[in-house]
Amino acid sequence: MSAASTRTLANVKEGDRLPELPIDVSATLVILGALASRDWRPMHHDRDFAINRNGVKDIFLNTPNQAAWFERYITDWTGPYGRLGRMKFRMKASVFPGDRMVFRGTVRNVGKDDVGCGWAELAIELAVGEKIVTQCDARVALPASEGDNPWRRKGAQWKP
Amino acid sequence: MTTEQQSAAEDLPADVQSWIDQIRYEEEGEFPVEQGYVWTTCASVQNGNPLFWDARAAEEITAGPIAPPTMLSVWFRPHYWAPGRAKQSQPLQVHFDLKERLGLPEAVMTDNTIEFHEPVRVGDRLRTRQILRSVGPLKDTKLGKGRFWVIEVEYLNQKGELVGRESYTGLGYRRNA
Repeated sequence: MSAASTRTLANVKEGDRLPELPIDVSATLVILGALASRDWRPMHHDRDFAINRNGVKDIFLNTPNQAAWFERYITDWTGPYGRLGRMKFRMKASVFPGDRMVFRGTVRNVGKDDVGCGWAELAIELAVGEKIVTQCDARVALPASEGDNPWRRKGAQWKP
Repeated sequence: MTTEQQSAAEDLPADVQSWIDQIRYEEEGEFPVEQGYVWTTCASVQNGNPLFWDARAAEEITAGPIAPPTMLSVWFRPHYWAPGRAKQSQPLQVHFDLKERLGLPEAVMTDNTIEFHEPVRVGDRLRTRQILRSVGPLKDTKLGKGRFWVIEVEYLNQKGELVGRESYTGLGYRRNA
Protein backbone atom coordinates (compact mmCIF):
# COMPACT_ATOMS: atom_id res chain seq x y z
CA MET A 1 0.00 0.00 0.00
CA SER A 2 1.25 3.52 -0.63
CA ALA A 3 0.05 6.95 0.39
CA ALA A 4 -1.26 7.34 -3.15
CA SER A 5 -3.68 4.39 -2.94
CA THR A 6 -6.95 5.99 -1.98
CA ARG A 7 -10.59 5.10 -2.30
CA THR A 8 -12.91 8.08 -2.59
CA LEU A 9 -16.66 8.29 -2.10
CA ALA A 10 -17.13 8.37 -5.87
CA ASN A 11 -15.50 4.89 -6.18
CA VAL A 12 -17.91 3.23 -3.75
CA LYS A 13 -21.53 2.17 -4.01
CA GLU A 14 -24.03 0.29 -1.91
CA GLY A 15 -23.67 -3.47 -2.34
CA ASP A 16 -19.93 -3.37 -3.13
CA ARG A 17 -18.03 -6.24 -1.57
CA LEU A 18 -14.67 -5.84 0.10
CA PRO A 19 -12.05 -8.42 -0.94
CA GLU A 20 -11.95 -11.44 1.38
CA LEU A 21 -9.04 -11.66 3.75
CA PRO A 22 -8.14 -15.19 4.90
CA ILE A 23 -5.67 -15.57 7.79
CA ASP A 24 -4.33 -18.84 9.21
CA VAL A 25 -4.28 -18.43 12.98
CA SER A 26 -1.31 -19.81 14.91
CA ALA A 27 -0.61 -19.80 18.65
CA THR A 28 2.08 -17.19 17.95
CA LEU A 29 -0.49 -14.92 16.29
CA VAL A 30 -2.88 -15.22 19.27
CA ILE A 31 -0.13 -14.51 21.82
CA LEU A 32 1.38 -11.68 19.78
CA GLY A 33 -2.07 -10.06 19.56
CA ALA A 34 -2.66 -10.36 23.30
CA LEU A 35 0.73 -8.94 24.23
CA ALA A 36 0.44 -6.14 21.65
CA SER A 37 -2.74 -5.04 23.43
CA ARG A 38 -1.22 -5.54 26.92
CA ASP A 39 -3.76 -8.22 27.70
CA TRP A 40 -1.98 -10.46 30.19
CA ARG A 41 -4.93 -12.70 30.98
CA PRO A 42 -3.76 -16.33 30.80
CA MET A 43 -6.50 -17.61 28.49
CA HIS A 44 -4.76 -15.72 25.67
CA HIS A 45 -1.32 -17.33 26.16
CA ASP A 46 -1.58 -20.36 28.46
CA ARG A 47 -3.16 -23.38 26.77
CA ASP A 48 -3.37 -25.36 30.00
CA PHE A 49 -5.27 -22.52 31.70
CA ALA A 50 -7.60 -22.06 28.70
CA ILE A 51 -8.50 -25.76 28.60
CA ASN A 52 -8.63 -26.62 32.28
CA ARG A 53 -9.87 -23.37 33.82
CA ASN A 54 -11.91 -21.78 31.03
CA GLY A 55 -13.16 -25.02 29.55
CA VAL A 56 -12.39 -24.03 25.97
CA LYS A 57 -10.33 -25.99 23.47
CA ASP A 58 -7.27 -23.71 23.34
CA ILE A 59 -6.03 -20.14 23.82
CA PHE A 60 -8.10 -17.69 21.78
CA LEU A 61 -7.87 -14.27 20.09
CA ASN A 62 -8.64 -11.38 22.47
CA THR A 63 -11.17 -8.61 21.76
CA PRO A 64 -8.81 -5.60 21.35
CA ASN A 65 -6.74 -7.56 18.85
CA GLN A 66 -9.88 -8.48 16.91
CA ALA A 67 -10.64 -4.74 16.75
CA ALA A 68 -7.15 -4.19 15.32
CA TRP A 69 -7.77 -6.90 12.69
CA PHE A 70 -11.04 -5.22 11.67
CA GLU A 71 -9.30 -1.86 11.41
CA ARG A 72 -6.58 -3.37 9.21
CA TYR A 73 -9.21 -5.04 7.00
CA ILE A 74 -11.10 -1.76 6.55
CA THR A 75 -8.08 0.45 5.87
CA ASP A 76 -6.55 -2.09 3.46
CA TRP A 77 -9.69 -1.35 1.44
CA THR A 78 -9.90 2.44 1.93
CA GLY A 79 -6.22 3.36 1.83
CA PRO A 80 -4.66 5.76 4.34
CA TYR A 81 -7.16 8.58 3.79
CA GLY A 82 -9.93 6.36 5.17
CA ARG A 83 -10.72 7.52 8.72
CA LEU A 84 -12.64 5.24 11.05
CA GLY A 85 -15.61 6.90 12.70
CA ARG A 86 -17.33 4.11 14.56
CA MET A 87 -17.27 0.36 15.13
CA LYS A 88 -19.83 -1.86 16.80
CA PHE A 89 -19.01 -5.45 17.75
CA ARG A 90 -20.99 -8.55 18.46
CA MET A 91 -18.79 -11.48 19.40
CA LYS A 92 -20.44 -14.87 19.18
CA ALA A 93 -17.63 -17.41 19.39
CA SER A 94 -13.84 -17.61 19.76
CA VAL A 95 -10.99 -17.89 17.28
CA PHE A 96 -8.38 -20.56 18.10
CA PRO A 97 -4.95 -21.61 16.78
CA GLY A 98 -5.42 -23.86 13.77
CA ASP A 99 -8.48 -21.91 12.58
CA ARG A 100 -8.53 -20.17 9.23
CA MET A 101 -10.35 -16.92 9.92
CA VAL A 102 -11.86 -15.08 6.96
CA PHE A 103 -12.93 -11.43 6.91
CA ARG A 104 -15.75 -10.47 4.54
CA GLY A 105 -17.42 -7.10 4.14
CA THR A 106 -20.20 -5.38 2.25
CA VAL A 107 -20.96 -1.70 1.75
CA ARG A 108 -24.39 -1.08 3.26
CA ASN A 109 -24.73 2.62 2.61
CA VAL A 110 -22.81 5.53 1.09
CA GLY A 111 -23.46 9.24 1.54
CA LYS A 112 -22.50 12.60 2.95
CA ASP A 113 -23.50 14.01 6.32
CA ASP A 114 -24.77 17.57 6.90
CA VAL A 115 -21.22 18.96 7.12
CA GLY A 116 -20.20 17.38 3.81
CA CYS A 117 -18.16 14.48 5.17
CA GLY A 118 -18.33 11.35 2.99
CA TRP A 119 -19.17 8.09 4.76
CA ALA A 120 -19.34 4.40 3.88
CA GLU A 121 -21.27 2.13 6.23
CA LEU A 122 -19.85 -1.38 6.23
CA ALA A 123 -21.18 -4.72 7.45
CA ILE A 124 -18.22 -6.98 8.19
CA GLU A 125 -18.10 -10.51 9.43
CA LEU A 126 -15.31 -12.66 10.70
CA ALA A 127 -15.97 -16.31 9.94
CA VAL A 128 -14.28 -19.61 10.73
CA GLY A 129 -15.56 -22.20 8.29
CA GLU A 130 -19.31 -21.75 8.03
CA LYS A 131 -19.57 -20.09 11.43
CA ILE A 132 -19.69 -16.31 11.86
CA VAL A 133 -17.71 -15.68 15.03
CA THR A 134 -17.83 -11.86 15.14
CA GLN A 135 -19.97 -9.27 13.41
CA CYS A 136 -18.82 -5.70 13.09
CA ASP A 137 -20.71 -2.67 11.78
CA ALA A 138 -18.31 0.10 10.86
CA ARG A 139 -18.60 3.65 9.60
CA VAL A 140 -15.56 4.98 7.77
CA ALA A 141 -15.02 8.44 6.30
CA LEU A 142 -13.67 8.65 2.75
CA PRO A 143 -12.55 11.69 0.74
CA ALA A 144 -15.77 13.23 -0.57
CA SER A 145 -13.97 14.74 -3.55
CA GLU A 146 -10.49 15.04 -4.97
CA GLY A 147 -8.27 16.85 -2.50
CA ASP A 148 -10.58 16.21 0.45
CA ASN A 149 -8.96 14.67 3.53
CA PRO A 150 -11.27 13.40 6.32
CA TRP A 151 -8.33 13.53 8.79
CA ARG A 152 -8.40 17.35 8.64
CA ARG A 153 -11.89 17.48 10.13
CA LYS A 154 -12.16 18.65 13.73
CA GLY A 155 -14.87 19.59 16.20
CA ALA A 156 -18.28 20.17 14.62
CA GLN A 157 -16.94 19.12 11.20
CA TRP A 158 -16.42 15.54 12.44
CA LYS A 159 -19.56 13.58 13.29
CA PRO A 160 -18.64 9.91 13.67
CA MET B 1 -32.74 7.66 28.28
CA THR B 2 -36.10 6.05 27.54
CA THR B 3 -39.17 6.38 29.76
CA GLU B 4 -38.87 2.69 30.66
CA GLN B 5 -35.28 3.17 31.78
CA GLN B 6 -36.13 6.31 33.77
CA SER B 7 -38.90 4.54 35.70
CA ALA B 8 -36.65 1.53 36.17
CA ALA B 9 -33.99 3.77 37.61
CA GLU B 10 -36.49 4.83 40.28
CA ASP B 11 -36.54 1.33 41.79
CA LEU B 12 -32.77 1.43 42.25
CA PRO B 13 -30.98 2.19 45.51
CA ALA B 14 -30.53 5.97 45.86
CA ASP B 15 -26.76 5.77 45.64
CA VAL B 16 -26.93 3.87 42.34
CA GLN B 17 -29.45 6.40 40.98
CA SER B 18 -27.04 9.16 41.90
CA TRP B 19 -24.30 7.56 39.74
CA ILE B 20 -26.33 8.00 36.54
CA ASP B 21 -24.81 10.65 34.24
CA GLN B 22 -22.06 11.39 36.79
CA ILE B 23 -18.40 11.29 35.79
CA ARG B 24 -16.58 8.67 37.87
CA TYR B 25 -13.12 7.10 37.99
CA GLU B 26 -11.35 9.81 36.04
CA GLU B 27 -7.72 8.76 35.68
CA GLU B 28 -4.63 9.32 33.56
CA GLY B 29 -2.85 6.48 31.73
CA GLU B 30 0.39 5.29 33.34
CA PHE B 31 2.51 6.14 30.30
CA PRO B 32 2.37 8.26 27.13
CA VAL B 33 1.25 6.89 23.77
CA GLU B 34 4.35 5.15 22.45
CA GLN B 35 5.55 4.40 18.94
CA GLY B 36 6.88 0.94 19.85
CA TYR B 37 3.46 -0.33 20.78
CA VAL B 38 2.00 1.13 17.60
CA TRP B 39 4.44 -0.96 15.55
CA THR B 40 3.91 -4.06 17.71
CA THR B 41 0.15 -3.78 17.22
CA CYS B 42 0.47 -3.20 13.47
CA ALA B 43 2.81 -6.20 13.24
CA SER B 44 0.34 -8.38 15.16
CA VAL B 45 -2.31 -7.83 12.46
CA GLN B 46 0.04 -7.25 9.51
CA ASN B 47 -1.27 -3.70 9.09
CA GLY B 48 0.84 -1.95 6.45
CA ASN B 49 -1.07 1.35 6.50
CA PRO B 50 1.63 3.94 5.66
CA LEU B 51 0.19 6.30 8.30
CA PHE B 52 1.96 4.12 10.88
CA TRP B 53 5.17 3.28 9.01
CA ASP B 54 5.99 6.16 6.67
CA ALA B 55 6.76 9.49 8.37
CA ARG B 56 6.19 11.43 5.13
CA ALA B 57 2.74 9.92 4.58
CA ALA B 58 1.85 10.60 8.22
CA GLU B 59 3.00 14.20 7.91
CA GLU B 60 1.05 14.73 4.69
CA ILE B 61 -2.18 13.02 5.73
CA THR B 62 -2.46 13.30 9.53
CA ALA B 63 0.00 16.16 10.25
CA GLY B 64 2.35 13.76 12.05
CA PRO B 65 2.42 10.24 13.44
CA ILE B 66 -0.76 8.85 14.98
CA ALA B 67 -1.73 5.57 16.63
CA PRO B 68 -4.28 3.19 15.10
CA PRO B 69 -7.67 4.38 16.39
CA THR B 70 -8.62 0.91 17.65
CA MET B 71 -5.69 1.04 20.12
CA LEU B 72 -7.71 3.42 22.31
CA SER B 73 -8.09 1.07 25.27
CA VAL B 74 -4.50 -0.22 25.00
CA TRP B 75 -3.18 3.01 26.51
CA PHE B 76 -5.02 2.24 29.74
CA ARG B 77 -3.86 -1.33 30.14
CA PRO B 78 -0.82 -1.18 32.39
CA HIS B 79 2.44 -2.96 31.80
CA TYR B 80 2.56 -6.37 33.48
CA TRP B 81 4.81 -4.99 36.20
CA ALA B 82 5.82 -1.52 37.38
CA PRO B 83 8.15 -0.57 40.25
CA GLY B 84 6.31 0.23 43.46
CA ARG B 85 2.87 -0.54 42.07
CA ALA B 86 0.66 -1.76 44.91
CA LYS B 87 -2.61 -2.31 43.09
CA GLN B 88 -3.76 -2.33 39.51
CA SER B 89 -6.88 -0.35 38.73
CA GLN B 90 -9.69 -2.28 37.13
CA PRO B 91 -10.99 -1.22 33.72
CA LEU B 92 -14.75 -0.51 33.77
CA GLN B 93 -14.88 -0.21 37.56
CA VAL B 94 -18.48 1.10 37.35
CA HIS B 95 -19.52 -2.29 35.94
CA PHE B 96 -18.01 -4.09 38.93
CA ASP B 97 -19.53 -1.56 41.35
CA LEU B 98 -22.98 -2.26 39.89
CA LYS B 99 -22.56 -6.02 40.18
CA GLU B 100 -21.60 -5.71 43.82
CA ARG B 101 -24.12 -3.06 44.86
CA LEU B 102 -27.05 -4.71 43.07
CA GLY B 103 -26.15 -8.21 44.25
CA LEU B 104 -25.75 -9.58 40.71
CA PRO B 105 -22.67 -11.80 40.83
CA GLU B 106 -22.49 -12.76 37.14
CA ALA B 107 -22.19 -10.42 34.19
CA VAL B 108 -21.63 -10.43 30.46
CA MET B 109 -21.05 -7.66 27.96
CA THR B 110 -23.55 -7.85 25.12
CA ASP B 111 -22.54 -4.91 22.96
CA ASN B 112 -19.54 -2.66 22.45
CA THR B 113 -19.54 0.48 20.29
CA ILE B 114 -16.46 2.65 19.79
CA GLU B 115 -16.55 6.19 18.38
CA PHE B 116 -13.29 7.74 17.22
CA HIS B 117 -12.73 11.49 17.51
CA GLU B 118 -9.45 13.47 17.52
CA PRO B 119 -6.56 11.25 16.36
CA VAL B 120 -4.36 9.86 19.15
CA ARG B 121 -0.78 11.02 18.61
CA VAL B 122 2.49 9.51 19.70
CA GLY B 123 3.47 11.27 22.95
CA ASP B 124 -0.12 12.07 23.98
CA ARG B 125 -1.02 11.61 27.65
CA LEU B 126 -4.56 10.32 27.69
CA ARG B 127 -7.06 10.20 30.47
CA THR B 128 -10.29 8.32 30.80
CA ARG B 129 -13.51 8.59 32.75
CA GLN B 130 -16.57 6.40 33.17
CA ILE B 131 -20.20 7.49 33.07
CA LEU B 132 -23.15 5.24 33.91
CA ARG B 133 -25.90 6.17 31.44
CA SER B 134 -28.74 3.84 32.38
CA VAL B 135 -29.79 0.84 34.43
CA GLY B 136 -32.82 -1.10 33.27
CA PRO B 137 -35.52 -2.88 35.28
CA LEU B 138 -35.03 -6.29 36.85
CA LYS B 139 -36.07 -8.88 34.26
CA ASP B 140 -35.88 -12.58 33.49
CA THR B 141 -33.29 -13.46 30.85
CA LYS B 142 -32.12 -16.83 29.58
CA LEU B 143 -29.05 -16.49 31.82
CA GLY B 144 -30.99 -15.59 34.96
CA LYS B 145 -32.76 -12.64 36.62
CA GLY B 146 -30.88 -9.42 36.05
CA ARG B 147 -30.59 -5.89 34.75
CA PHE B 148 -29.09 -4.37 31.64
CA TRP B 149 -26.95 -1.28 32.03
CA VAL B 150 -25.09 1.07 29.70
CA ILE B 151 -21.70 2.51 30.63
CA GLU B 152 -19.81 5.06 28.56
CA VAL B 153 -16.07 5.44 28.74
CA GLU B 154 -14.64 8.70 27.44
CA TYR B 155 -11.02 9.17 26.44
CA LEU B 156 -9.45 12.64 26.34
CA ASN B 157 -6.01 13.93 25.42
CA GLN B 158 -3.82 16.34 27.41
CA LYS B 159 -5.59 19.30 25.73
CA GLY B 160 -8.97 18.07 26.97
CA GLU B 161 -10.05 17.06 23.45
CA LEU B 162 -12.24 13.99 23.14
CA VAL B 163 -10.28 11.27 21.31
CA GLY B 164 -12.85 8.51 21.66
CA ARG B 165 -15.90 7.20 23.39
CA GLU B 166 -16.86 3.60 24.08
CA SER B 167 -20.28 2.40 25.04
CA TYR B 168 -20.75 -0.96 26.72
CA THR B 169 -24.05 -2.69 27.34
CA GLY B 170 -23.72 -5.11 30.23
CA LEU B 171 -26.11 -7.62 31.74
CA GLY B 172 -25.64 -8.28 35.46
CA TYR B 173 -27.55 -11.35 36.63
CA ARG B 174 -27.99 -14.05 39.20
CA ARG B 175 -28.06 -17.58 37.76
CA ASN B 176 -31.36 -19.41 37.87
CA ALA B 177 -31.30 -22.06 40.60
